[in-house]
Amino acid sequence: MTQPLLADYFPILVFLVIAGGVAAAMVGGNLLLARRKPDPEKLSPYECGFEPFGDTRRRFDVRFYLVAILFIIFDLEVAFLFPWAVGLGEIGWFGFWSMMAFLLVLTVGFLYEWRKGALEWE
Amino acid sequence: MMNWTLALPEAALACAGLAILGAGVLPRRHDMFFPISMAVIGALVLAGVLVLGQGDGAALAGQYVSDAFARFSKVLVLIGAALALTLALDFNQTDRDLARFEYPVLILFAAIGMMLMVSANDLMTLYLGLELQSLAAYVLAAFNRDSERSAEAGLKYFVLGALASGLLLYGMSLVYGFVGTTSFDRLAEALTAEHAASLGLVTALVFVLAGLAFKISAVPFHMWAPDVYEGAPTPVTAFFASAPKLAAVALLTRVLTQPFGELSAQWGQVLWLVSAGSMILGAFAAIGQRNIKRLMAYSSIGNVGYALIGLVAAASADPAVRSEGVRALLFYMAIYLLMTIGAFAVLAAMRRRGRPVEEIEDLAGLARSDIGMAVWMLVFMFAMAGVPPLAGFWSKLFVFRAAIEGGYVWLAVIGVLTSVVAAYYYVRIVRVMFFDAPGAAGALDARPASLTVVMAATGLFTALFSVAPGPLLAAAQAAVAAIAG
Repeated sequence: MTQPLLADYFPILVFLVIAGGVAAAMVGGNLLLARRKPDPEKLSPYECGFEPFGDTRRRFDVRFYLVAILFIIFDLEVAFLFPWAVGLGEIGWFGFWSMMAFLLVLTVGFLYEWRKGALEWE
Repeated sequence: MMNWTLALPEAALACAGLAILGAGVLPRRHDMFFPISMAVIGALVLAGVLVLGQGDGAALAGQYVSDAFARFSKVLVLIGAALALTLALDFNQTDRDLARFEYPVLILFAAIGMMLMVSANDLMTLYLGLELQSLAAYVLAAFNRDSERSAEAGLKYFVLGALASGLLLYGMSLVYGFVGTTSFDRLAEALTAEHAASLGLVTALVFVLAGLAFKISAVPFHMWAPDVYEGAPTPVTAFFASAPKLAAVALLTRVLTQPFGELSAQWGQVLWLVSAGSMILGAFAAIGQRNIKRLMAYSSIGNVGYALIGLVAAASADPAVRSEGVRALLFYMAIYLLMTIGAFAVLAAMRRRGRPVEEIEDLAGLARSDIGMAVWMLVFMFAMAGVPPLAGFWSKLFVFRAAIEGGYVWLAVIGVLTSVVAAYYYVRIVRVMFFDAPGAAGALDARPASLTVVMAATGLFTALFSVAPGPLLAAAQAAVAAIAG
């Protein structure tokens, strides 16, 4: 039973080889063929054509991470809801209540972060 | 169809967890730690009663299995979680950062994760249970957020735990690639004697073993344990050393004896090395420790080594030796769980003028200032060293006997020799308590009542186990019949 399963993945292997080959050809061709005349202006870092504004190791406010994490949770929820909504006719009441249980868990989490003040910027 | 009622204990505990989380966050008050802790202990007891009434069978499309083995482990996990939470009641209330109501809720969710781990009948359930337990544990390790060491412990545990999860997932995906299923039942069917183990499958098994060895902190995946145990708040360390360890060992036992039972020749060799390495490191690395939590971390690494002797015996070709090995392992972990929680209750009581202290020297002269606590600690230390009438002697005896009957004489010899070495540091603590003069810093504070309850409960069990060993042995025997009959 192992052979057909692995054979199903053969196109992916072909794709990986082609992708690797194309990438290697582009980077390698550039290394071999391109003319290089470095000068200080070319080698200096830039941001969209400007001089860099600050150090890249600058600290961010931790609130950005909080918002990002909350965004991911609800983003995934929606990504999960779409296929559920499309397939609702086939999965029936069992599928319906499974999603309701999932949403209940998320709602309790939402309640927690709301009362904890995670949604207030100041 | 889905037969979800079989998973009632987990479902009830999860619902209780959600309700308790809501009840903790809705009132705008800051003194919710104690009432929420009581509610969580109540929920854990309720789940324990439901587990005792659980029937046999598979549920949730074969993802979940309930048998005597799962029930035995779950009852112990719930006892461990409830005792670890009781141990935190007074400790946490002395510190504003620790007295947050999230603490008991996290322990509750970790308990659900552990219950799923021991009931897993599919690699998917295994992973989900393990992650639910681990994620709660990472947060608990960093719970004292103003303490640099606690934050370091949490971060270290998280990064290394994520690495171990990665290894485990990689191994599981290889298993799926080679066999084409993740279900334990179908894995066991596919991996029969005539379908010989391929090199790829053995590689996959080694990855799975490495991931799980990390979770039980066995050599060579132990290096996180001392730092995490030292940095985390003492009640959290007590929790880490008890219930999650038992759950992970039980999970490892089920995975190796059921789906991978036919590969026992392969995993038996790996576990032999892991077990011997853990025993040796646990014995020798603990000698030089001054911090008592670090010492307990090495002691727990060593104890996992002894418990794994039982699993090595379970790799034997003889069915009688197999069931003897698994029984010795379960028996060992049950006694280890209660001994460890008792010893940590003493560590949690170590405070001087309100501040926690954790050096071995801080115990000096304890026999003069608090003879009760000194005697309980003596019981736990002698039991861990394996002094005869105490519970720890019987648990060691059973694993060594299983090893000898299985023909693993060298492993038993290493076990006995390392026990002798380990006895040195256990007895040293007793010597410091009873014979050293108290230090200049003065006596320890009076111990709170909740810790006395934990010490007395686990201490009486450890000291008087020999009087009535029957019930635990019978329960372990029933559990073994379910998976290694």
